[in-house]
Amino acid sequence: MKDPSKHIIIWTACAFVLLLTSLQAVGGTLKVCSTCEYRSVKEAVSKAKAGDVVLVDGGTYKESGITITQPIRLIGQNNPVIDGNNSGQIITVASDNVTIQGFTLQNVATSYTRDDAAIRVRQQNNIRILNNTILKTYFGIYLQYSDSIVIKDNVIKGENLGKTESSLGNAIHLYYTDDVQIIGNDVQGHRDGIYLETVKNSKVVRNTSRQNMRYGLHFMFSDNNVYTHNTFRKNGAGVAVMYTTNVHMEYNTFEDNWGAASYGLLLKEINNSFIHNNIFRRNTTGIHMESSSRLDFKNNDFERNGWAIKLMTTCIDDTFRLNNFTGNSFDISTNGNAQHNYFEHNYWDKYTGYDLDKDGVGDVPYRPVSLYSMLVEQVPPSIMFMRSFMVDLLDNMEKVMPSIIPQTLVDEQPLMKKIDHDNNREFVQVLRQTASAPWRER
Amino acid sequence: MNKIIKYVLYDILRSKIIVAYTLFLLLLSIGLFNLGGSPDKGLLSLLNLVLLTVPLISIVFATTHFYNSYEFMELLVSQPIRRSKIFMSEYLGVSLSLSAAFLIGVGIPVLLFAPGATGLYLVLTGVFITFIFVALAFLASVITRDKAKGIGIALMLWFYFALIYDGIVLFILYSFGDYPLEYATLALTALNPVDLGRVMVLLNLDVSAMMGYTGALYKSIFGSGWGVGIAFMILVLWVLVPLLVSRRAFTRRDL
Repeated sequence: MKDPSKHIIIWTACAFVLLLTSLQAVGGTLKVCSTCEYRSVKEAVSKAKAGDVVLVDGGTYKESGITITQPIRLIGQNNPVIDGNNSGQIITVASDNVTIQGFTLQNVATSYTRDDAAIRVRQQNNIRILNNTILKTYFGIYLQYSDSIVIKDNVIKGENLGKTESSLGNAIHLYYTDDVQIIGNDVQGHRDGIYLETVKNSKVVRNTSRQNMRYGLHFMFSDNNVYTHNTFRKNGAGVAVMYTTNVHMEYNTFEDNWGAASYGLLLKEINNSFIHNNIFRRNTTGIHMESSSRLDFKNNDFERNGWAIKLMTTCIDDTFRLNNFTGNSFDISTNGNAQHNYFEHNYWDKYTGYDLDKDGVGDVPYRPVSLYSMLVEQVPPSIMFMRSFMVDLLDNMEKVMPSIIPQTLVDEQPLMKKIDHDNNREFVQVLRQTASAPWRER
Repeated sequence: MNKIIKYVLYDILRSKIIVAYTLFLLLLSIGLFNLGGSPDKGLLSLLNLVLLTVPLISIVFATTHFYNSYEFMELLVSQPIRRSKIFMSEYLGVSLSLSAAFLIGVGIPVLLFAPGATGLYLVLTGVFITFIFVALAFLASVITRDKAKGIGIALMLWFYFALIYDGIVLFILYSFGDYPLEYATLALTALNPVDLGRVMVLLNLDVSAMMGYTGALYKSIFGSGWGVGIAFMILVLWVLVPLLVSRRAFTRRDL
């Protein structure tokens, strides 16, 4: 018989060697600070080998043109600042499997030909950009032709005061990039907050996009994406989404998008999509829909908008169920008589019908389009007569004997009581607050 | 002149109608503010009611008052007092008492529930509308000696400004919808004091942001101090023109 202790020693030795080699694969750590071996991020990054960690300590580094060519992790400790000093792009990622975490990147000048960004990724996969603060840049995070990306918990703040739309870049700009997770970012002061062009199978969750000059969220040709728990507030023209199918938009808040050409949500040629549990509050137009078909609107709240929904006649087969319409100047407005959309079981605060059998559903149908809203659609200056006695009278007459408003745009079963959507937003907000780092502006 | 105004005021107070009017406004305002929830909503509902009831009550009350105090005026005319003085005293007596009723009935609740620029505009608009419709009532009264006819004309005037005018303008806008009508609409609004008051308050409320492109255009006009100044100037004109025309008619007419 062999000595069993010998076995144990051999196995332990093997395990130890394996452990050592695996540690070797993880790589070494290159430290950057004012007293370390490396004093510039650029130098450390250029020396780093695959799998290394470049650990940057607090301090300000006046650098730009940092190019990452190896799969490394670039990590900031104690909030280091890399100041691009308006001399071009700060970090360019030219390798797969790169993580950039915990930096403050600032000062990238407007560059019309190069589209400089704080972090630029071109044709790379599996990139993680986490917990960075990006200030005063042209583009914030710019990705093209890349896959499997995580952009999480970044704060991107631009300065759009006194600037024109064309001299501003987007905070998060993605082009031909699939399988992306954009989570918990706070973007503001850019042209578009989040810009997605041909981005598929992606998730946009818990972001706040506000005070951007044009759109809070802007996407085109981006199918199969999910947008949940985002807040879009006070953007120049709200949120605009176009030419896309199979979109899920849930639990988002669109609010305070005021202005002459401002929308909460503009849908143009969006098909086969779900818009559930969202809040549209105090927008000039809650939703403007054009050429969008087979959309399902459910459990949304429309509160105090100018127009809750502008439904163009090019939209067909859209379903509106269990939505609340409260305090809007106009519930629905449309530009023609032909209507092929379906309304059922919504709550309208302007509904004046009765419910004799007490089943919670009004006994007379509600027509959400008023005569006056049709008039305003055709002759915009007649908005001056809003709340005039004559207008109220005309609307009521039309309601009793409809002849001009579209016959088919009708909720046959309007609800008598406001629906209590248990959206659990408070819970989400608490989660969001506890998740946010203390140095973030809240 | 002060003495005559004093007598007119005594006379009005004695009739108790003015007290009822004050209480009516007070109840209405407090009720609406308590019902509406947000002060903005209350102001909005109040605006609608003020623009409907204040002109009606002002014009009917002033017309009946004018005819009822015909004998008093005839007595005064026999005294060495100028006719224009008598007329102005009557006018000021009626419009001041109605304005006081309005200030108590609406001004105090607004001050309590929704203090601010918009509330101030609402109260100012109400006071101006009182003055304007009393002037219009006096104009209707000096046109004819017949009381029934005078009240008829007054009611027609109210009907015109509160309802028919908006209908006509909406019809015009609809018929000429293919033309740029932004500034034409603005001019047409200035031709009706009720509309002018409504637009001024509305554009200073939150809801103005909800009115789209044209709303934004008008807000840029009415939202500025300059625009508000011009609007109030037009309201002053709306007081002065009917007042001066009717005073002229009163001084020249055979009583």
